[in-house]
Amino acid sequence: MAASSLLSRLLPMRDDRGSSAFFVVLLAVAVAVPILHLAVPEGSALHLSTYTVTLLGKYLSYALLAVALDLIWGYCGILSLGHTAFFALGGYAMGMYLMRQIGSRGVYGDPVLPDFMVFLDWKALPWFWHGFDMFWFAMLMVVLAPGVLAYVFGWFAFRSRVTGVYLSIITQALTYALLLAFFRNEMGFGGNNGLTDFKDLLGYDLQSSNTRVALFLCTAIALGLGYAASRYIVGSRFGRVIEAVRDAEARTRFIGYKVENYKLWLFTFSAALAGIAGALYVPQVGIINPGEFAPINSIEVVVWVAIGGRGTLYGAVVGALLVNYAKTVLTGALPEIWLYALGALFVVVTVFLPQGIVGLLRRKEATA
Amino acid sequence: MTDHATLVPTPPAARGRAGAMRGVRIWLAALLLGLGPAPALMAQDDSADAGQAATASQDASATLAPLLAELGGAGYREKQALVARMVALGAPNTRLALRAFLDGALYQRAADGKVFIAVEDGDDHYSLTDPLTGAAAGGASGGLKRIRTNNALRKALRQAIAQFELSDPDAAVRLASARELVDDLDEDTVALLRQRAPVEKDAEVLAEIETGLALADLGSADAEGRMAAIEHLRGSMKTAVYNRLNLIAEGDPDTAVRKAAAAAVRGIDGWRKVYGWIETLFFGMSLGSVLVLAAIGLAITFGVMGVINMAHGELMMIGAYTTYCMQLLMPEHIGLSMVLSIPAAFIVSGAFGVAIERGIVRFLYGRPLETLLATFGLSLILQQLVRSIFSPLNRSVSTPDFMSGTLQINEALSLTYNRLYIIVFALIVFVLLQLILKRTTLGLKVRAVSQNRAMARAMGIRSEWVDAATFGLGAGIAGVAGVALSQLTNVGPNLGQSYIIDSFMVVVFGGVGNLWGTLISGLSLGVINKLLEPYSGAVLAKILVLVFLILFIQRRPRGLFPHKGRAAEGH
Amino acid sequence: MKLKTILTAAALGAASFAAQAADTIKVGVLHSLSGTMAISETTLKDTVLMMIDEQNKKGGLLGKKLEPVVVDPASNWPLFAEKARELLAKDKVDVVFGCWTSVSRKSVLPVFEELNGLLFYPVQYEGEESSKNVFYTGAAPNQQAIPAVDYLMNDVGVKRWVLAGTDYVYPRTTNKILEAYLKAKGVKQEDIMINYTPFGHSDWQSIVSDIKKFGSAGKKTAVVSTINGDANVPFYKELGNQKISAEDIPVVAFSVGEEELAGLDTKPLVGHLAAWNYFMSIDTPENEKLIDTWHQYIKNDKRTFNDPMEATVIGFNLWAKAVEKAKTTDVDTVSSAIIGIETPNLTGGTAKFLPNHHLTKPVFIGEVRDDGQFDVVWETEKEVPGDAWSDFLEGSKDIEADWVKLKCGNYNTKTKECSGQNY
Repeated sequence: MAASSLLSRLLPMRDDRGSSAFFVVLLAVAVAVPILHLAVPEGSALHLSTYTVTLLGKYLSYALLAVALDLIWGYCGILSLGHTAFFALGGYAMGMYLMRQIGSRGVYGDPVLPDFMVFLDWKALPWFWHGFDMFWFAMLMVVLAPGVLAYVFGWFAFRSRVTGVYLSIITQALTYALLLAFFRNEMGFGGNNGLTDFKDLLGYDLQSSNTRVALFLCTAIALGLGYAASRYIVGSRFGRVIEAVRDAEARTRFIGYKVENYKLWLFTFSAALAGIAGALYVPQVGIINPGEFAPINSIEVVVWVAIGGRGTLYGAVVGALLVNYAKTVLTGALPEIWLYALGALFVVVTVFLPQGIVGLLRRKEATA
Repeated sequence: MTDHATLVPTPPAARGRAGAMRGVRIWLAALLLGLGPAPALMAQDDSADAGQAATASQDASATLAPLLAELGGAGYREKQALVARMVALGAPNTRLALRAFLDGALYQRAADGKVFIAVEDGDDHYSLTDPLTGAAAGGASGGLKRIRTNNALRKALRQAIAQFELSDPDAAVRLASARELVDDLDEDTVALLRQRAPVEKDAEVLAEIETGLALADLGSADAEGRMAAIEHLRGSMKTAVYNRLNLIAEGDPDTAVRKAAAAAVRGIDGWRKVYGWIETLFFGMSLGSVLVLAAIGLAITFGVMGVINMAHGELMMIGAYTTYCMQLLMPEHIGLSMVLSIPAAFIVSGAFGVAIERGIVRFLYGRPLETLLATFGLSLILQQLVRSIFSPLNRSVSTPDFMSGTLQINEALSLTYNRLYIIVFALIVFVLLQLILKRTTLGLKVRAVSQNRAMARAMGIRSEWVDAATFGLGAGIAGVAGVALSQLTNVGPNLGQSYIIDSFMVVVFGGVGNLWGTLISGLSLGVINKLLEPYSGAVLAKILVLVFLILFIQRRPRGLFPHKGRAAEGH
Repeated sequence: MKLKTILTAAALGAASFAAQAADTIKVGVLHSLSGTMAISETTLKDTVLMMIDEQNKKGGLLGKKLEPVVVDPASNWPLFAEKARELLAKDKVDVVFGCWTSVSRKSVLPVFEELNGLLFYPVQYEGEESSKNVFYTGAAPNQQAIPAVDYLMNDVGVKRWVLAGTDYVYPRTTNKILEAYLKAKGVKQEDIMINYTPFGHSDWQSIVSDIKKFGSAGKKTAVVSTINGDANVPFYKELGNQKISAEDIPVVAFSVGEEELAGLDTKPLVGHLAAWNYFMSIDTPENEKLIDTWHQYIKNDKRTFNDPMEATVIGFNLWAKAVEKAKTTDVDTVSSAIIGIETPNLTGGTAKFLPNHHLTKPVFIGEVRDDGQFDVVWETEKEVPGDAWSDFLEGSKDIEADWVKLKCGNYNTKTKECSGQNY
């Protein structure tokens, strides 16, 4: 009994066709991409280039970030304008591991210090860089660094009942402060250049096709698991309370729920998810730098979710994929005027499609 | 300073005027060069140049010519030596020639190597003045080569000219000259100052000269003379004095003198500290007033209407570009165009604001977070629009004369005029806005609609009209802020982005919907930032301010001045 | 609706890709056209397009027309890497001209090395790099910073130094090199003030006031500015307002050229300095001709020409010569053919590619004129060869780059090892 109800929550459900569609498509992509890339010969029209594989991998990590945001915004009404802070922290944790993996293959050949430290005349590794030569530790940090920051931040914010616009603006202040901090070379994170020129991951060459496909698969799996976990949470009793908080926070509190605890755990979970997305993003794009903390980026993530349709999870995925695909195409095809197109897309969708693209599809379905 | 400005090459737009203007221009140029219309007066003036050859003979004037001719081919160091020789020669009109040289108006004719003062009066046409006689010497187009100066040479020239100007009839010129001389004393200049001191009538100039003489006395052989000089210099805020006293406090052979100097230095240090604090406070106020200007329009659209307008920064940018366009329209009247830019920017940005409200925002009332998304898209469009129209390059906006320069209180404290104006301007905008909201019918309606839309409509207020007007008002104020920013920073497509986040912080810190809150929060964030900066550096100061803000919001979740009452929950 | 346009655009992009036959030589242009760096980089895109245009008028290269492929990396560093991959893998360009900031170069570097592309990088930079696939046509620190400091020390008699920069790798490295250099010349620590500010810093009141105080200690003081891009305008405005004249405290800048001054009211700045390898005001026939071509191309005779644009022009000319010499656009053949090729600078003398992928360049110091141009007050006697690895930094003085004999971009002369290569 319990097992079957758990299953029905985790796996595609009758009442959630969007999620079913999501899992089917994700599975299809996860199977097709490696085959098309590795098995189909390069000259063939069906062959997927490394370019496409890494691009898809990047989109999927963005999609995971969007799911994380949708979880707190769509279901709990917490609009975080600083979610890329968690994404970037996860990315930095991964980047630090990758930097340590370079070892003595850096340009200066120092066995311990990354190039940028040699270059700035640092004599020893700063304390917070220790441990990152171990994969398990780095992976722990991918989750812990954003998680703990979110927990501490949320503990203060939710307990003092900071809500609405005020909360949004202080999350923005958070990511802005981190942006400025990571820009400082004294911080020891490579300053403006960030971390780059990675060589390999767990001994596998990052430039080889197999590693790329593996990374892509990992991202797809992470997205699938992250989605399923989020779906499980919103479908659970916990999720009901969360939605109640979104719709009437004061009432939920009066009924006797400890609203701030619910919010806090959801926020922390979402931040950890964003951190994982960041960690998968970094080896695929090959660089992590403070630019990822830019408040504008966080706003963009919000836009993805809004365009896809919030409060549905799969809408977030659709939005992230669509906007990023549009960006890729437009910056290449219409380099001079693509911002007009992107800007217009944002305006039109928010004004005319309040439920996002997913909402449009749903409406069609309803009328059909 | 004024004569300098007229010698700047005429802007292309003004070129090609009728020849009739030429005569006037030459006359004007000559006048401003210090020649004056009456040669007799000039000769008298020159003869009064103390310490120099008092009798201006034809012979002396004849020898200036080869020196001038040599300038053309000389390197910068040789030029400097030539200038020194000219000064030593003391021929009449030396000051005229040197002033022209300093202002970059000295040209050599390629054909015969003769040197002229040339003023461009048309497209590649120059009117010439003979530097030896001060008389007009016809015109030329082409065939002229400017005799160039560099920093060291300009400094030497300024010094040289100062020696002549110490006896100028204008007290302001004498003061500038005395300051120049005191900053770089040597035997000749000290002699010059000593000669001038007994006849100087103007108190300020005299004080400057006396300071200079006291500085010279610090080098006198007898300890008593040095003691007297230290006594005289006690409390002076001049940097040259401070540096010199410091040296004496460390290295004078006489213990008493050393002690006296050290005491004087301590006294000056105390004052410097006080002035330093005043300066920091001023910097903070000025940064704060910029923040207030940037945020106050937002306080209306965001605070009163609940619209999260991410395009607010771009509305400021439009205001800045309006200023640029106004300057293009009237390049001759920078000051006037600046003043006119204020209403123009208000109208242009306001019109954009009304269009945004009617076109986009009105569909989104009641969904504040979605206004954020739509206006974010809009901000991308506006930025790109500016890139398409004006190119992505920064545009140059000139500072009008009345806004440039500093209010020099003493050498330790000087307040820049443009910052002073902006502080005042921010306060005026604030007061006007308060008046509009509190004392006009529009303000009454705005407040009514923001407090209870349904009730306001029931009372017969056309809420759509009020919304459009309010948004237009907020946008217009943003435009006005853009005018101020054009004086401080880049006028380019990124102008808006660099202020938008700070603006939101200011509004939230102050308390949404409260103009007083915005004023106080802007000013205090500015001051806090500047107080921290000397200890932590600019970046860390900003980070600390942000952290402070985050913590502050935990203590007071609705800002400094929260909205009270039932409406509060709605925001 | 919107979706449709995007799809059409996508289809168009794909179609044009398919239609491109092999009878053109494709030149990728990787400069930001939007975002914060658009301000500087857009002009470089135009410069490359102009050069392609000119080359095509002359009949192209190897009998083929040149075809530009322009993309917009939008001042977003990871997007630079993505777009580089797109240019190399999807569009299969033969050469790329691009990047401005160091971080954008660092971001695309692994992509160029992996896919064996060819990048010409036209901006002065901090050095400490020499990649097989990158040709550096801007100045290395020894071609800009060191000569400028020499000039100030010997000709102006500067004794006290303010090193002010934006907090990123180029100023950090340059200042580190300069600090070591100044100390080697006997300047004491207390006579050096170092200050870093964030990107786009706009409130310079306190820092300028500090500089003023630092400079009023009775010794000749100069500011060496590595302040980047947007922050310069408010910095110079504040200098002008606080009446810091070039005669008292000259500021020598490495990132301020004609283009930046065009966005400023230059009257209060007359006499401040800049060190570059090119000035628009230098009077040579080549320079005049190119500026004419530029004005015709851009259809505006007020537009300025600056150092990174000249570096782009030189890079393009050298690449074209190398392609003609190699009779192919193949990356490896062109890379080895280009070493030793010479082309005239616009300001006289010749630019020659050295085995370390850097150029020989003349160095000029100019003083700002009231019309936004520079008067050259000093220049090196002959071209200075670019040095990839600074001799004044602890980590890098033993490292050498030589792609002809050593086949290595960072060969350690002590350990006799070539480390950090990705191939």
